[in-house]
Amino acid sequence: MGGNEMTLVLEAAVLGILTGGVYALMASGLTLIFGVMRIINVGQGALVILGAYLSFAFFRSWHLDPLLTLVITMPLMFALGVVLQIVFIRPLKTDREALSVLVTYALALGIEGVLGYVFTTNYVQLRAWYETASFAVFGFHITYVYVFGFLLCLLILGALFLLLYRTSFGGAVRATMLNRTAAQLIGVDVDRVSAIAFGIGVAAAAAGGVVFGITNAFNPGSHYDLISRLLTIIVLGGLGSLRGAIIAALVMLVTEDITAVVISPVWATFVFFVVLVAVLIVRPQGLFGVRVRERI
Amino acid sequence: MKLKALGLLAVAVVAVLLPVIAPDPATTNIAVFTVMYVGLATAWNIMGGYTGYISLGHAAFFGFGAYAFGLMLIHLNITPGYGPFLLVPVAGLLTAVLSVGIGWIALRTRAATFVIVTIAFMFMLQLLAENLVKLTGGGGGLGLPYPHDWGGDFFNTPYYYAMLVLAILGLLTSWWIRRSKFGLGLLAIRDDEDKALAVGVPTRAFKLTAFVISAALVGMIGSVYGYYVTYIYPQFVIDPLIGISMVLMAFLGGLGTLSGPVIGALLLEPAQLEFAYRLGASRLYLVFYSAVFLIVILLLPRGIVPSVAELLRRRRTAQVAS
Repeated sequence: MGGNEMTLVLEAAVLGILTGGVYALMASGLTLIFGVMRIINVGQGALVILGAYLSFAFFRSWHLDPLLTLVITMPLMFALGVVLQIVFIRPLKTDREALSVLVTYALALGIEGVLGYVFTTNYVQLRAWYETASFAVFGFHITYVYVFGFLLCLLILGALFLLLYRTSFGGAVRATMLNRTAAQLIGVDVDRVSAIAFGIGVAAAAAGGVVFGITNAFNPGSHYDLISRLLTIIVLGGLGSLRGAIIAALVMLVTEDITAVVISPVWATFVFFVVLVAVLIVRPQGLFGVRVRERI
Repeated sequence: MKLKALGLLAVAVVAVLLPVIAPDPATTNIAVFTVMYVGLATAWNIMGGYTGYISLGHAAFFGFGAYAFGLMLIHLNITPGYGPFLLVPVAGLLTAVLSVGIGWIALRTRAATFVIVTIAFMFMLQLLAENLVKLTGGGGGLGLPYPHDWGGDFFNTPYYYAMLVLAILGLLTSWWIRRSKFGLGLLAIRDDEDKALAVGVPTRAFKLTAFVISAALVGMIGSVYGYYVTYIYPQFVIDPLIGISMVLMAFLGGLGTLSGPVIGALLLEPAQLEFAYRLGASRLYLVFYSAVFLIVILLLPRGIVPSVAELLRRRRTAQVAS
C-alpha cells in the first residue's frame, strides 16, 4: 500500500465514522422500537426518505436551511409515528412479531407510492453551503456537512440517552424493554410508552433523513437500500441494544468506506451482507444481543 | 362434497382451455402472470404458511432461477422453442442447491430476525446480479434468445401452460405435504417450535426441507418468467415487490391452507396488473397495494378461506341448534 493510498484509506475511515453517526441515529430509532415493542419497523428506511422529502419541500418552498427544517419536521414526524403506532401496530394482537413486519413493509410501500406521486421518481438532493465547502485537517479534506451531520447526531443521541436514563419516562421505557408484562403490573402505561417510543423512533428517522438527503441524491425508491443497511446494523448490534446499534453503525460504515477505496465502490454495500452472514454463523444474537438471546 | 369436486373440475377445465376461450394476447398475458402468482404464492405457503417462518426474500430464488435458466440457454447454445422448457427443472435444482446454503444460515434465526435475514439475502443476490457484469450483464440486463416462430396470439400460450404445470406441481406438493407426517411436523413447528423439538420432530431438517422445496418451486417459476419476458434485469427479477406479492396473496387467501394462496393470487394479480397498467407512471399502484395489504392484515388477519370456513361452520351449528 503506497503512501497515497494510505491517506485515502484514512480519509475513508474518518468519513466512515462521520457517516456512521448518521446511520447510528437512524438505527437507534429502529432498535428502540424493537426494544419496546418487539417489532421490526421495516418502514424505517421509507420514513427516513419521507423525512428527507419533508425537508426538501420546506427547503424548496421557503428556502429554509435543510438542517433548520428539522425544527418543523421532527415534531411532525414524531406525531406521524404516534399515529402510525396507534392505527396500525396497536391493533395487532396475535403473532405481532411477524405481522408487524408485514404491516410496516406495507407502510413503506404506501409511503414510496405517495412520495412517487407527489415528487415523481426523479432524484433530488438537499442543497446547502456546507454540502460542498470543506476544510483540511492533517492533509485530508473534510466536507462541513459530514461534521455538522455528525454533531447533530451526537446531540440527538445524547438527548435520547438522557431521556432514557435520566427521566421517569425513560425508566418506564426501559422497564417495558426488559419485561412488558412486569412493567404493566407495576403501573407502566405500556400502550402509551409504545406509541411515544414509536414516535421518537420516527423522529430520529427524520433527523437522519436530512443528513442523508444532503449527502446523497435520493428518490422515493431509495428506502430499499437504506433499510437493508439499517437492518444489518441492528442485527449486528443485537436487536434492542442502543449501544450495539451505535457501535455496529460505526463499524459498518467504516468498513464500507474502506472497501470502497481498497476494492471498489460497487462492492462496498456487499460488505454489509457478508458481515451479517458472518455474524449469524458465529454469534446469532449480535454483538450486544445477550438479553434477547432466547428470542433469536 | 360432490359440489366441491364439480367446482374443482370446472376450474380445471377453464384453466386448461383458457387460451382457446380467450386467445387475445392481452388476456393471455394477464393469465400467464396470474397463474405464475398462483404457483408462487402456493410455493411460498409451503414455508411461510406451514412452518410460520415468513420469508420476504423469495424474490431472490425467483431471480436466481431466471438467471440460471437464461445463462444455460445462452451458454449451451440451445435453440429457442419447446426444448428450453426442459431446462426448467435444472434451474429448479440449482435454486435448490443455493437455498440449502441460504436456508442453513437463515434458519439459525427465528421470527423477526429470520425475516430480516431473508430480506438481506435478497438484496445480496440483487447486488451480485448487478456487479457480476461479465456473467449477468449487470444493470444492462441479460437478453435471452426467444422463439421467433411463435407469433401473434400463440406467443403466450406455451408459457401459460408451462406456468400452469408448475402451479399444479406446487399445489400437488403442498397437498401431499399437508397430509404427510412431514407436514404435521411443519405445523407443529409453527405452533410451538420448542415443544415440537421436545416431542421428537427433527425441526432443523424439516424447516430446511420445506425451505428448499419452496425455493426450488419459486426458482422454476422464475426461470419460465425469464424465458417469457426475454430480457432480465437485476432490479426486475430480484424485485422486493415480487417477494412481498406472494406473501400478500397467501395472507389474503389464508395462510397455511391449500386453496388460500390460489384464491389470493386469482383476486390480487389481475387487480394489480390493472392498477399498474392504469396508474403505473405515477406509482400510485403502490398505494393501492399497501392499502390492500393493511386492510387484509388488520381486518382479516387469518385470510379469506379460514374466515369463510368459520362462517359456514357457525351457520351450520346454528341450523343444527334450531
